[in-house]
Amino acid sequence: MALLDVSDLSVVFQRRGEPPFTAVDGVSFSVEPGQTVGLVGESGCGKSVTSLAIMGLLPRRGAVVTGSVRFEGAELLSLSARQMRDRRGRDLGMVFQDPLSSLNPVIAIGLQVTEVLERHRGMPRRQAMVEAADLLDKVGIPDPRRRLDEYPHQLSGGMRQRALIAMALACRPRLLIADEPTTALDVTIQAQILALLAELVRDTGTALIMITHDLGVVAGLCDEVNVLYGGRVVERARRHELFRRPRHPYTHGLLASIPRLDAPRGERLVPIRGSVADNIPWDHGCAFAPRCPNALGTCVEVTPQMDEEDGRLLRCHNPVQENQEVPA
Amino acid sequence: MSGSVSRSGSRPPTLGGRKERLDALAATAADGPGDAGVSLAASAWRRLRRNPVFLLGAAIIVLFVVVALLSPWLAAHDPTARLLEGQVSRARNEIPAAQEGFPLGGDQVGRDLLSRLLVGSQQTLMVGVFATVIGLAGGLLLGTVAGALGGWVDSLVMRVVDVMLSIPSLLLAFSIGALFPSPSQFTVILAVATVQIPIFARLLRGSMLAQRGSDHVLAARALGVRPRAIVFRHMLPNSLGPVIVQATLVLAVAIIDAAALSFLGLGNPDDSIPEWGQMLGGAQNVIDSHPNLAFWPAGCIIIVALGFTLVGESLRDALDPKNRR
Repeated sequence: MALLDVSDLSVVFQRRGEPPFTAVDGVSFSVEPGQTVGLVGESGCGKSVTSLAIMGLLPRRGAVVTGSVRFEGAELLSLSARQMRDRRGRDLGMVFQDPLSSLNPVIAIGLQVTEVLERHRGMPRRQAMVEAADLLDKVGIPDPRRRLDEYPHQLSGGMRQRALIAMALACRPRLLIADEPTTALDVTIQAQILALLAELVRDTGTALIMITHDLGVVAGLCDEVNVLYGGRVVERARRHELFRRPRHPYTHGLLASIPRLDAPRGERLVPIRGSVADNIPWDHGCAFAPRCPNALGTCVEVTPQMDEEDGRLLRCHNPVQENQEVPA
Repeated sequence: MSGSVSRSGSRPPTLGGRKERLDALAATAADGPGDAGVSLAASAWRRLRRNPVFLLGAAIIVLFVVVALLSPWLAAHDPTARLLEGQVSRARNEIPAAQEGFPLGGDQVGRDLLSRLLVGSQQTLMVGVFATVIGLAGGLLLGTVAGALGGWVDSLVMRVVDVMLSIPSLLLAFSIGALFPSPSQFTVILAVATVQIPIFARLLRGSMLAQRGSDHVLAARALGVRPRAIVFRHMLPNSLGPVIVQATLVLAVAIIDAAALSFLGLGNPDDSIPEWGQMLGGAQNVIDSHPNLAFWPAGCIIIVALGFTLVGESLRDALDPKNRR
């Protein structure tokens, strides 16, 4: 049985006086215990909203979540707020994008870590402090005892993210969701944090959902990758398959737009034309069609369905062929 | 591509020596004095200590508080005794002038003006502090409830606050003071405090709402932290900065408002306990011939209010998180 089974998850934001906005449109994927799954897409494709919906962190009013999120067989979407609260931090952890603003600026690091331990593991403060120092040590923070008394602004960006990872993993959740955990960090720190996540996930057997716009992050970490566009999964494949042979023109475009050290000198990067549309027109053809170099006549008329072909899922009428040069 | 993800432990040996040296360098830099465990309050204090505006305001406040506490011993004479009654002549509009033992002279009925000023600081301090504390408590309660619960509770509280704010503060204080059958110092405190409640409430509610949508509150929720802890540990402490600043500024306003109410006759009718506003009120009949009777209490009110304002303003700058290093 899958650890997490998301099926047909949709999130519609409704505001008075405005037309409803569909941020996530029938996303399905599953995560096996210990597996690392990537959700990849550019801003506005619904990847963060998907993760917030899984965590039950979307506002109760204004956001309509439908579909199913099953965690170890239990339906999370039907849990009460209190039941969901008991699971967050204990069964599911989450790490956010900006490590500085994700920490409470007026509370010392130690108290922020012990808060989770006291909340979910019922530890007394003194014991929790010892455990907190141990946790900080595990995520590679030097001199953890001293750091316990320090405040977030005294830590470097990488250190803060390590502390947040320590807090998210404090109660040994079986699933960790990392929402762009390295975007706010500089490149060398990014690599360290990714290595840390990979190591922790391997050692503790925690499943990881890695949310990112950066395929480079996915490349080193994920077993399976879901590429999202306009609130839907457009391609899903195992990591190596996806990088070796991207089939969806969007995936292909994402890969082509990454600078590579091994590319010939002077070769130009290939951007994806245009940007994500505000409204998602999946009901009239393919949402990516206006930006797609491969678009056919049917693409704007018939909405493509998810098709399975040799172990991958693909939502495209005219996928990229092997050795095809895609015009930019 | 996976090569870009390198473990920090598995660096090439050529870099190892340099990295260690850099780490050692970084460690010495981070070990500066007072670096560990600097809270918001501590870092604010570090900047305040060097701020002349704050020091001036603080000096005024300290002097004022010390005088108020020690005034029974500082005052040379009993502030209620009509020691110079013989020099008062209502018919000839004569009021005792400054003389040996009475550096500021006497008041309309021959009591020592300096002693009355000194002892009067007690009332002013008491009214200012109590009115602010009561106003703060009420404002914290309403603001926390509105900001934490939101929804219709928020709307209800804020409409009440709007109504209170729509009435000019002195008029509102005057009306509240008039509700009580007999005026006393207590009614002055209550009236001044009530006027401050909506200001604190609205201020706190605003910063609580900003905190509610903040990243660290979302992160705390993602850890399953209970709503009560979210409000009292994560939202409230981060919202208090502007409220603390407002409290020091309100102290100044409270002192002025209390003096105004006493001036208008809503204070303690028994003038045996000296109070600056009341002294000012009593002096208005003779202000043409003896302006000094109005000058001294008015000057005291202004200077004390200035002291609290200076401290409040510099606190606001110091507690601004954007100024933090």
